[in-house]
Amino acid sequence: MTVVVRGGEVVDARGRRRADLVLADGVVKAVGPDAGRELPARATVLDASGCIVSPGLVDLHTHLREPGNEEAETVETGARAAALGGYTAIVAMPNTDPPIDTAGVAREVLALGRAAPVDVAVAGAITVGRAGERLAPMAELAALGVRLFTDDGSGVQDGALMRRALDYARGLGVTLAQHCEDRQLAAGGAMHEGAWSSRLGLPGVPAIAEEAMVARDIGLVRLTGGRLHFLHVTTAGASDLVRRAKSEGLGVSAEVTPHHLVLTDAACAGYDTVYKVNPPLRTDADTQALRDAVLDGTLDAIATDHAPHLPEAKDVPFDEAPPGMLGLETALGVVLGVLDLERALAALSWRPAAIAGLSPRHGGPLVEGAAANLCVIDPASSWTVGRLASRSRNNPFAGWTLTGRVRHTVVDGEPVVVDCEAQR
Amino acid sequence: MTHLLSVADLGREGIEEVLRVADAFAEVERRPIRKVPTLRGRAVATMFFEESTRTRLSFETAAKRLSADVLSFSAGTSSVKKGESLRDTVETVEAMGMDALVIRHASAGVPVQVSRWVKRCKVVNGGDGWHEHPTQALLDCFTVRQLRGHLDGLHVVVVGDVRHSRVARSQVLAYSALGATVTLAAPRSLLPPSLDGWPVRVTGDLDDALAGADVVSLLRLQAERGSGAFVPSLREYTACWGLTRRRAELLRADAVVTHPGPMIRGVEIAGDVADLPQAVVTRQVTNGVAVRMAVLFLLLGGAP
Repeated sequence: MTVVVRGGEVVDARGRRRADLVLADGVVKAVGPDAGRELPARATVLDASGCIVSPGLVDLHTHLREPGNEEAETVETGARAAALGGYTAIVAMPNTDPPIDTAGVAREVLALGRAAPVDVAVAGAITVGRAGERLAPMAELAALGVRLFTDDGSGVQDGALMRRALDYARGLGVTLAQHCEDRQLAAGGAMHEGAWSSRLGLPGVPAIAEEAMVARDIGLVRLTGGRLHFLHVTTAGASDLVRRAKSEGLGVSAEVTPHHLVLTDAACAGYDTVYKVNPPLRTDADTQALRDAVLDGTLDAIATDHAPHLPEAKDVPFDEAPPGMLGLETALGVVLGVLDLERALAALSWRPAAIAGLSPRHGGPLVEGAAANLCVIDPASSWTVGRLASRSRNNPFAGWTLTGRVRHTVVDGEPVVVDCEAQR
Repeated sequence: MTHLLSVADLGREGIEEVLRVADAFAEVERRPIRKVPTLRGRAVATMFFEESTRTRLSFETAAKRLSADVLSFSAGTSSVKKGESLRDTVETVEAMGMDALVIRHASAGVPVQVSRWVKRCKVVNGGDGWHEHPTQALLDCFTVRQLRGHLDGLHVVVVGDVRHSRVARSQVLAYSALGATVTLAAPRSLLPPSLDGWPVRVTGDLDDALAGADVVSLLRLQAERGSGAFVPSLREYTACWGLTRRRAELLRADAVVTHPGPMIRGVEIAGDVADLPQAVVTRQVTNGVAVRMAVLFLLLGGAP
């Protein structure tokens, strides 16, 4: 199949330029201002006039719920949502049931991913059962191509074990990723601890629960020379710690979610469990500090933490509700509301691709010979968020009007989204 | 009134209206036949997902004195035990033709959530987690006003476990709306993590606060919610924050001492102090019925 992406402007790590692209055999065959002028026979044309052509987005943090909770999401439905959101690759988090802590489960998810509309990489667990007690078989998982390891959902509480994991991972050339939350300090909190939690009578998760573990882990990275990625940084204090660690030259990277850039704990005022998420929505000052930290490069990536839950799981008291919200289909539009296009795409595509070990197949510059993984974004298109493709409905942006929409997504040369419609 | 979820829904005028209507119903209490036909044909369900004695009895008594039909639901004996969800349970009860649901739940915010799920029922917060217990605060205000004539300018001291207290959150809103000044007297570990926006002062010296108090609201140390771990021991708590015999000497003669119950004699209040004339616990209970009659009446309408 030959696909011609015509009339758009390419934006990638090399900059911005007017170019058509001719895609065939999964790669970019030709690229340039006039590359699409003469159409090859039986070419599929994707209209990109007035649009931005970007390397596909890469999500470092997707919960696909398969195996174990296929009612809420599957690899296929999550990947379809991702494609609609402009993603060409996603990293499946290991907190499935059973968790991805053995080669068997990793193989299963990877196999399901091969049939899905976008590339599905998996993150392996750091510890067996994500229980934080002993190391999972990281070398065995790394041999399957796993490049990221995390106990996401809970942080590794035991500092000595985390030190050992950083040492061990270093020998394998893989990256650890930490959900920073000190369990004692978080103490069963249901939202950010502050003025709102105090008024609402809900137990809170103080900022220090996150910052204490970020500080500890930065110390462990300094000690071991290991590499660590901080998942969903949510406080001004935590982003300051990451900034200082980077200025020291330590091997750390960090991500932030779209929702932590735009929503605050005030959203919990009506006890609507769609706004319950872990880490919790923080204060206005935190959202501002996080945006600044994306701008100055402290926070490398924007990752969705797409976490589907069924309505019946969320229709429970706030303190009993599972944390998490959908994100794949709204991430780009939400982020474009607060960041300029170039910075948004860097944080949504090429920088996370590098952290996930997926560069340059994903996120790489759209030059001749590059893998044909891209999305076409209409930056001026406004749309109201309605029914999404995800199996679940826990969407905090329902009813929002977003500006900037993914029109087409191409994975391995195949158009998987055309004119905002999933093709499979 | 659409629902009664928080004292904040009422504002000063709303609170005063409840108190005025409660005055009229308190009069019913003194009649030989303590019943009016006001809510005949209306149905009120008390849905208590958490243990309670006085609040449930008080609401049910209030509804019956208004001639409403009363359905009593307990989580312990219901299909909740079989795994039915909160939302399905609420929708099922509403479908039986209820006009009002009185909700008590151990989790903050459940009455607010229920108010979004119901189609036409009125929802009354009968106490939700640490959040609010509006009718308790209203009956406290009613009781103080009955004894002192008004609340404007009065000095209210709320003593104890404010952090885990739904009563305290409602009291702060109600007393301050009616013009009283509120001081919280508690160890810092039993105060909410943030008091931003709370119209209160905080003191670490109970003796000092008691001397100037018109109203002393004692809260229970909620040991069953783990509050015990927030202070070194009950003994130390009582020594520092209990209304002991010695501290009771500091009270003015016209001070009003309230307690939402259940009262733990020997912890937050000394046994014989609970029997002093300033302590109005049984008066609070009596007034609770009239105040809840007022709330149900204002929600469900009908001519009095």
